[in-house]
Amino acid sequence: MFFQLADWYPVFLSLRVAIIAVFIVTCLGLPLSRLLARREFYGKDFVEAALTLPLVLPPSVIGYGLLMLIGKNGFLGRFLSELGISLIFTWWAAVLASTVVAFPLMYQSAKAAFKSVDENYEKAARTLGAGEWRIFFTVTLPLAWPGIIAGLVLSFARALGEFGATLMVAGNIPGQTQTIPLAIYFAVDAGDNATARTLVAIITIFSFVVIFWVNRWAKRRNY
Amino acid sequence: MGQEAQLLIFAVMNMLELRLTKKLWHFTMELELKLGNQILVLWGHSGAGKTTVLHCLAGLRKPSSGQITLNRRVLYSSNERINIPTRSRNVGYLFQDYALFPHMTVHQNVMYGLKNKRNKKNETNDVTDPLEMLNSFGLGHLVDRYPAQLSGGEKQRVALARALVVQPELLLLDEPFSALDKENKIMLREELKKLHRQWQIPFVVVSHDEEDASILGDVILTLEKGQPVANHISLLY
Repeated sequence: MFFQLADWYPVFLSLRVAIIAVFIVTCLGLPLSRLLARREFYGKDFVEAALTLPLVLPPSVIGYGLLMLIGKNGFLGRFLSELGISLIFTWWAAVLASTVVAFPLMYQSAKAAFKSVDENYEKAARTLGAGEWRIFFTVTLPLAWPGIIAGLVLSFARALGEFGATLMVAGNIPGQTQTIPLAIYFAVDAGDNATARTLVAIITIFSFVVIFWVNRWAKRRNY
Repeated sequence: MGQEAQLLIFAVMNMLELRLTKKLWHFTMELELKLGNQILVLWGHSGAGKTTVLHCLAGLRKPSSGQITLNRRVLYSSNERINIPTRSRNVGYLFQDYALFPHMTVHQNVMYGLKNKRNKKNETNDVTDPLEMLNSFGLGHLVDRYPAQLSGGEKQRVALARALVVQPELLLLDEPFSALDKENKIMLREELKKLHRQWQIPFVVVSHDEEDASILGDVILTLEKGQPVANHISLLY
């Protein structure tokens, strides 16, 4: 058969990992980018460079860094193991890897989006008696929405496709930590072209549909 | 006229008092003025510090020192370390480009300030019916439009309605006619004067146009490098 897939686990695991990673990235990235978009302080360039670094570093470097962090002798790993938690070689490690590599994409998109909102709208809201939280949710966020959507799509795609760092910290355990990119690699490695083809088709079509739909949806604004 | 009535007039006549210094890039602004129920035009070339005065009045920028009092309420005082935040000042502001929220309809724009007021206690009576307001501005048929679908004159009327519907005690207008053609400008200038008579609150208008200044202004203050200078615009009316 041209297409065949004996095990659907990688598909569901990839979706689960990507969705949780994007959720974390959004929760961290939106407040941080809003805070840094319009504020100047000593050391801001340093902070921004550090936040963007995962975008340009090789995935193996990220993987190595995460091993140092959550590995058995790692800084965080030792602390967690005392609590009886081990992240390494679990699918949560895959979530962590995806979160780290996807974060800069969300941060950059959201920061550009917040910066592009004309400050006069926020000032106008202030003169009309609105508090800062109300201004954020009723003025800033809706006007920055298209850029934030772009950040969501990009970080989701990046999280879904994460390979290198995931392999290093989560390993390739079928039925436990094997995501689509890992399954493709090891299927090809084992000469199982039908499985590889099928997974490639699934991830390509799925990614295309998500981007297409989100772009259409973002365009359909009535102002 | 009884003593009480005289006192009332005195209170009403002394509505806005301002004394401030503000260090800017190229100069230090120093300004002192008192304004009753009048239209004050701040006239001057661009970069003279006119908009900075409005920002200080609205609380969008902080003066270096001085005091701002509106209807005996201290909005800012460097001595007493008072700086009431913009949202609590009850000062209307008409921005140069109107700053209508582009993602809200005319109706939602005008309602925006009312929702803020309703959340605060004891101020529920102190508002105007927004639909009545929009009708009186000739905007009744535009309530469902978005700002991008309005003409320049319509945008200005919506912005005025939005600023006034929350019953401000002072209205600030930054170059209100700069985005309008001549015909609209003449019409809206008259509307503004009518509005001022109706609302009985001080207006502070920033303008670089001599004609606007002389037609609108009860008081004209010429600013040059942040300092008031001898007035050379004659009152034409």
